[in-house]
Amino acid sequence: MKTLITIFLSCLVLFASAQTAGYKVGDAVSDFSLKNVDGNKVSLADYKDAKGYIVVFTCNTCPYAIAYQDRLIALNAKYAPLGYPVIAINPNDAGVQPADSYEKNQQRAKEKNFKFPYLTDPDQVVTRQFGPSRTPHVFVVEKSPTGNVVQYIGAIDNDTEGNNPEKLKYVEAAVDALSSGRKPAVTTTKAIGCTIKWKKQGA
Amino acid sequence: MKLFITIGLFIVSMSPVKAQTVNLLTVDQLEKRINQGKDTIYVVNFWATWCAPCIKELPHFEKLQASYKSQPLKVLLISLDFKSKMNSSVVPFVRKKQLKNEVFLLNESNAQQYIDRISKEWSGALPATLIVNKQKNVREFYEKEFTYNDLEKIYQSVN
Repeated sequence: MKTLITIFLSCLVLFASAQTAGYKVGDAVSDFSLKNVDGNKVSLADYKDAKGYIVVFTCNTCPYAIAYQDRLIALNAKYAPLGYPVIAINPNDAGVQPADSYEKNQQRAKEKNFKFPYLTDPDQVVTRQFGPSRTPHVFVVEKSPTGNVVQYIGAIDNDTEGNNPEKLKYVEAAVDALSSGRKPAVTTTKAIGCTIKWKKQGA
Repeated sequence: MKLFITIGLFIVSMSPVKAQTVNLLTVDQLEKRINQGKDTIYVVNFWATWCAPCIKELPHFEKLQASYKSQPLKVLLISLDFKSKMNSSVVPFVRKKQLKNEVFLLNESNAQQYIDRISKEWSGALPATLIVNKQKNVREFYEKEFTYNDLEKIYQSVN
């Protein structure tokens, strides 16, 4: 009996620590249905003509995430017409970070006039599946006959402050590659950002 | 000559009205500091003035150093603020909070290199903390926010 309890507890610990494991490059992504700031649910499958997606975890509270939101707007303007729309998801728990609530998402989307969905993930189920470790954190996903496959995970570029004319635009390079039928040369990058605000256990 | 320098350094280090300064530090300089410093355990916290959970846990690092000041422990606080924010944000913050620990601003620009050099386990999220016991060859990395109890336990576990 005691062994069983130990095994059970170990499983719980494993489950809890697995929350940031998430997708790797090459993994197929499960579709989701999350509420957008306009009240409608959004799924990947809604984009019938998409060739892929720029899924980005961003929020209202992290200065690094905010610093990149104008660049998300530019990415969407450039790549949505080519079949690669931006889909933004706020991964943070509003209980832990009240300024990342659905209402605050609505406010932020309105202020910045986001032309892309800004989704709320109240149970953090989708966030757990993707497994971003920070905001902002991008997953470039390619639609293929075998499903929606992750092709790039990481930063938008290597110039958060936005003052380096020779910056490397990782997401653009990845989408450009996919768009011309190639695999991205750089498939993962790291960057400084804010931790995901996970729901407190038992809350 | 050497004696004078030693005395000079001694006087500077004893000066009671030392205004806290913030120096730039590269990863090479950090590694050198850890390898050649006189302390055994180094607790290196990576933070930023814009990172709310970082600011929340900074007092724990102050308390850890103060609680174990007779031990060969050195806490280093390394800001990842932009270099351009040194005088407008970092220095005023450090003075306002009256931080006693040594504070640096990371003098690196290539995140793809420096994040991995500090730890392969680091995704880049802040706060993050590196704990080294160079005698025991222990090097642990935590990408999380600490409570004081957690921090103290980890310090004791590597001791």
